Amino acid sequence: MKALTFSLLAEPEERLDLSGLTPASLARLTEAQIARLRVGTSRNPALVGDIFKLTGKDAESLVFDGSSSRLDRIGAGLNGGAIRVTGDVGSQAGRKMSGGSLFVEGNVGHHAGSGMAGGRLEIKGNSGDNLGGPLSGEITGMEGGILIVRGKAGDYAGDRLRRGTVAILKGCGDYAGYRMIAGTIMVTGRVGAMPGYLMKRGSLLFDRPPEKLSPTFVACGEPDIAFPGLFDRFLINEKILDKPLLGQKPGRYGGDNAVSGKGEILFRRGRQMS
Amino acid sequence: MQQLTRNGVLIDDTFAEAFGMRATAIIITAPTLKWARQAATTMTGYATSVIGCGCEAAIDMDVPETKTPDGRPGCRVMIFAMGTDELQKQLKSRLGQCVLTSPGSACFAGLEGSAPLDLGNSLRYFGDGWQISKKFGGRHYWREPVMDGEFLCEATTGLTKNAVGGGNLLFLAADNSKALHAAERAVAAIGKVPGAIMPFPGGIVRSGSKVGGKYKGMMASTNDAFAPTLRGVVNSALTPDVNAVLEIVIDGETSDAVAAAMRAGLKAVIDLGPKKGALRVSAGNYGGKLGKFHYHLKDLLP
Repeated sequence: MKALTFSLLAEPEERLDLSGLTPASLARLTEAQIARLRVGTSRNPALVGDIFKLTGKDAESLVFDGSSSRLDRIGAGLNGGAIRVTGDVGSQAGRKMSGGSLFVEGNVGHHAGSGMAGGRLEIKGNSGDNLGGPLSGEITGMEGGILIVRGKAGDYAGDRLRRGTVAILKGCGDYAGYRMIAGTIMVTGRVGAMPGYLMKRGSLLFDRPPEKLSPTFVACGEPDIAFPGLFDRFLINEKILDKPLLGQKPGRYGGDNAVSGKGEILFRRGRQMS
Repeated sequence: MQQLTRNGVLIDDTFAEAFGMRATAIIITAPTLKWARQAATTMTGYATSVIGCGCEAAIDMDVPETKTPDGRPGCRVMIFAMGTDELQKQLKSRLGQCVLTSPGSACFAGLEGSAPLDLGNSLRYFGDGWQISKKFGGRHYWREPVMDGEFLCEATTGLTKNAVGGGNLLFLAADNSKALHAAERAVAAIGKVPGAIMPFPGGIVRSGSKVGGKYKGMMASTNDAFAPTLRGVVNSALTPDVNAVLEIVIDGETSDAVAAAMRAGLKAVIDLGPKKGALRVSAGNYGGKLGKFHYHLKDLLP
């Protein structure tokens, strides 16, 4: 059966909330019922049928064909099945998802993977700020699953990360791992200023030494430990990387000692800052 | 007793009697195979028989670095006990005293079992608050700071209730060196069988036992029927040409693993022949009433 496909007819005139369009919520709806679902956020909200042309039947696997930064909350609450987007999306993609897979072929806005607890969110392009982070007033950010950005990520990536893995492949902005509680963030490429600022526990794994580090991080030598080999194998098995990230005897900083200081930054040594 | 002959070696028409056991497996890695094996050897010391050691344990096989979780050389260790609680107790203390302490070691689950047994979960407090929990790829690991870096240990391993302990082969030979030669050949062959271990020294036991004894409190005593020096004075199982008997005891992850191991051992000894090795091969049992698993030698012949 062909994947249920939402083809974007034109650039929407308002921001859309697409959190209602997941495999679980569409499973028992007919095409006509789906077309009447409300996705607009203005006073006269748009319906699915106004925005998209529907084709295909298989609601286990959804495709959004189109590209607009007004497509907010796509795949929010996803708990199974698969969603693929062929272009860019707006903010909060994969917000609070707990299972299944969301694959965005373009760029995503702010708060992608915000508070996600499971599943796999993969972004082929770049992401905005607060990747995986909490919304205002929330205590924790991402709590599980895998979040991959194949391009660049903005500032505050992995804010208040508690569990799970964030992988960023072409560098990120400032304050990566800001207020991290635990979990793992790996970055290849250039990392902005102050990574791990106020992190309590957790790991930041870089392919090069960090450039601007808070003075509350302290150098912890170059330990020869087994963990990088184990994690490298995980990254390769998940097809996140095709070669080891850290190599043997990575450098290590401990911090942030402004808080509990049980976090770490592990980085591949020997590569010059670029 | 009826006997068959293969390549001049007499095979008794008897069977090995074995018991259901609980078992687990772990993979120990280290910077070199030497140190992985050292941790494994230390951990499986004093683990020959549940009668006195609480568990039976040995290295199952070496695991090349391409197959270990952390890409370092390692080996798979199996541990067998009669009950889950005893198995957990033995696993925890041996891991803490022998693997945690070994230079460069790391430890991973070696079995996907029906229930979890604590591995790193029981050792994490050694980290004194500096232990690091890592969950990824559906697995949970603990990292504990130690003096040469970190002890990396998976949180749990698996338990199997389908394990079998007590498969055995008895090699009856003209003298000690021939009995040992036969037994060493069998050990080498069985060592290649996955999921089967031989917990006795070098895989071989010379003091086979019978149940009970004349002294009060003895759970087991010498197997006089197979002791050559008693051939004339007890109801012996030995013929006049036999002057030495050695036994191999096999524990397996499954009944099939025990059968495969016995088959491999039998073949090795039969190929060796009676001039250099065993004149006769037998197996130990308790009349068939105690153990659930019976392995008839005639069914396992090459």
